[in-house]
Amino acid sequence: MQVHKYDVVIVGAGGAGMRAAIESGQRARTAVLTKLYPTRSHTGAAQGGMCAALANVEEDNWEWHTFDTIKGGDYLVDQDAAEVMAKEAIDAVLDLEKMGLPFNRTPEGKIDQRRFGGHTRDHGKAPVRRACYAADRTGHMILQTLYQNCVKHNVEFYNEYYVLDLLLVEEDAVRADGTPYKQKRVAGVVSYDLASGELHVFQAKSVVFASGGAGKVFKTTSNAHTLTGDGMGIAFRRGIPLEDMEFFQFHPTGLAGLGILLTEGARGEGAILRNSEGERFMERYAPTIKDLAPRDIVARSMANEVREGRGCGPNKDYVLLDLTHLEPEHIESKLPDITEFARTYLGVEPFTEPVPVYPTAHYAMGGIPTNVEAQVLQDNDTVIPGLFAAGEVACVSVHGSNRLGTNSLLDINVFGKRAGLAAAKYARDAEFVALPEEPEAFTTTLLEDLRNANGTERVAVLRKELQDTMDANVQVFRTAESLQEALDVIKSLRGRYKNVAIQDKGKRFNLDLLEAVELGFLLDMAEVMTTTAMHRKESRGGHYREDFPDRDDVNFMKHSMAYKDADAVSEGTSGIRLETKPVVFTRYQPMERKY
Amino acid sequence: MSTELPEPASVVKLAPGVGGGGEIPKFDITLRVRRYDPEVSEEASWEDFKLTMYGTDRILDALHKVKWEHDGSLSFRRSCAHGVCGSDAMRINGRNRLACKTLLKDLDTSKPITVEAIKGLPVEKDLIVDMEPFFQSYREVMPFLVAKGHEPSKERYQSVEDRERFDDTTKCILCAACTSSCPVFWTDGQYFGPAAIVNAHRFIFDSRDEAGDMRLEILNDKEGVWRCRTTFNCSEACPRGIQVTKAIAEVKQAILARSL
Ligand code: SF4
Ligand code: FES
Repeated sequence: MQVHKYDVVIVGAGGAGMRAAIESGQRARTAVLTKLYPTRSHTGAAQGGMCAALANVEEDNWEWHTFDTIKGGDYLVDQDAAEVMAKEAIDAVLDLEKMGLPFNRTPEGKIDQRRFGGHTRDHGKAPVRRACYAADRTGHMILQTLYQNCVKHNVEFYNEYYVLDLLLVEEDAVRADGTPYKQKRVAGVVSYDLASGELHVFQAKSVVFASGGAGKVFKTTSNAHTLTGDGMGIAFRRGIPLEDMEFFQFHPTGLAGLGILLTEGARGEGAILRNSEGERFMERYAPTIKDLAPRDIVARSMANEVREGRGCGPNKDYVLLDLTHLEPEHIESKLPDITEFARTYLGVEPFTEPVPVYPTAHYAMGGIPTNVEAQVLQDNDTVIPGLFAAGEVACVSVHGSNRLGTNSLLDINVFGKRAGLAAAKYARDAEFVALPEEPEAFTTTLLEDLRNANGTERVAVLRKELQDTMDANVQVFRTAESLQEALDVIKSLRGRYKNVAIQDKGKRFNLDLLEAVELGFLLDMAEVMTTTAMHRKESRGGHYREDFPDRDDVNFMKHSMAYKDADAVSEGTSGIRLETKPVVFTRYQPMERKY
Repeated sequence: MSTELPEPASVVKLAPGVGGGGEIPKFDITLRVRRYDPEVSEEASWEDFKLTMYGTDRILDALHKVKWEHDGSLSFRRSCAHGVCGSDAMRINGRNRLACKTLLKDLDTSKPITVEAIKGLPVEKDLIVDMEPFFQSYREVMPFLVAKGHEPSKERYQSVEDRERFDDTTKCILCAACTSSCPVFWTDGQYFGPAAIVNAHRFIFDSRDEAGDMRLEILNDKEGVWRCRTTFNCSEACPRGIQVTKAIAEVKQAILARSL
């Protein structure tokens, strides 16, 4: 085992991690630990755009953007955080332009903007052009531009280093009101070098988690194979709560059967959804903004069409995204990648044929709770000094119960930057926290137990059963019965997980071993998502309970906070303690959400 | 800018069978994989796997089937599974391609399908190569925007035409399919290789950039663009459809134009 010492360690090299690294790397000795080469990160798969009220093509302002974000999140958004994001969006776009991002341009040479779901002018009057974009590869361009700037600033990367544990120490402390409590402090992280199989401990004054989402708990997902909830899982195992994990976004337009993302920008450019009767069904569900309603509403409407027998195809299990009324040159210039995806993977020619689509698991609204300075919280309001999180792994909460399209690319830039600045600033004045005795012990045990296990179960089989049950029971429509079914399956999978075997016993590039580790995180995350979903007996944003179809502000206008707690017994499962946290309101009172 | 469109019809009549569908064909294949694990043996060898696959499956699905159902030690990189992250360039039937973008039905499944690591970079294990030399060349061409002077507080303007000039080379996902298909690179690992030149091109032809001369100087080196023999392997290999050879030619021309 080797020990390294850095002022700042960033975990993850997607958009949030690299945006943080650009700031932190110029101010403090910084290392970025990433399980993938930076340019492989899933930020690169984002397509449609990044919203900011530049008002380059029509009237707009950040206050409208704030309102849309809050309403889009069905009022579970912390409004102070949404204001920060919408306000700083403008500089975030300009920063990227200065770093070299090749945005599409207007005829006058300004950054062009297009429509996106849920983004409106004047509090919902009509769709507005707010999304800055680079064809349908905006995420690719952001990832490349950030990596280019990391190269420019000589940021130090440890590529293919899997962070598997967070080193925290606890100190006795007393609150202002005299009650004693345990204050957590960060000492560093433990990582596994894929190439050699060696463990490396990184001692750091500041640690930034920017490790992305957990979409692989579902079968049909737009997420990469590597998005297994590692960062959330590590934090959870170390006693940090996870906020609002019941809210998972299903993106309406995944390629049917495959889940590959087709950007909402397609609908922003004029594409529409049709059912088997050729009907533009969104006119019924969202009469004002129709196909550009927020994702939760569109996804649910699609699933409902299928459920009521108006799905297409031999099994009537998808609907159609129709671009055939658009100009081919227009599609080719604005949406080149997604048309190629339809051709390559489904053999469908989108210029002349509508494309089969169905909702695909896309984005975790919840995650590690932070404040607007990207500082991680160990409960509702106690900051863990030196620990930061940004991007999908975090919950600020700017997305509430449903994220608006493009707000994730915005989130990673605004809060990635904030996290990098704050981490460097903290490291300047702080001392290193002494590493615990045998800092790698937990990770060594985790790995050796899996490596030496002689069980009869296969990781891939368990993972598939998990994903199948999550798709069947915890997707767009949920009920107490379906959630209980999922919890029962997860429980039995947990038992079987103890009986797995891996075949690769080697040290070098042992991805077999790491897939087993990742399955552990997936099981944890699936259980947290399902347990919190069971407890939220209302429907809000991305979380829809058929047995409680209305939003219930009296009982549920609050964030959920899930803690790992061996002694806790909750409805349907055990080992997770549920608490709540108030939502921050500044100026918008909850209204009924209609589009 | 987006053009204003008339509202599409509320209801249209769909042609029967629209949007594909139907029974997905099933077939058997032999996947012949080049295995190498120095912890087991210094020798590389071919191993065959017989698999039943479906019409929509890709090489990546076949590799996963092997890893998940037959032999967990088979090692390869992958992440996005739809051709945007650049993890899984490999030699498939002797051609460099992304495993996640190569559909089995487009290959001749009556014969074994060969899969091996890309050439010219040190093999680490099975299909995994050491990417460090590749990224080293990339870093050497200053792959970032250099704009001197005061940072503007507003956005810089760029005309649609100026933006279009370098569009093709912005698509690169650094998968190394091009560089590792280049016969010059196979024999001379010092050669920058097509991918680095593509990424230099992206900035040389960006009207906002001011370091074009420095990059041209770097690529005028004896290991630079002049080593290119215009074999077009790189353009054929590029999964993003980038006209790699054309980009290299444009950089050559820019060097010549500058020295005149
Ligand atoms: S130019 Fe094409 S083949 Fe070469 S690295 Fe880039 S994407 Fe891959
Ligand atoms: S897995 Fe990402 S390009 Fe193939």
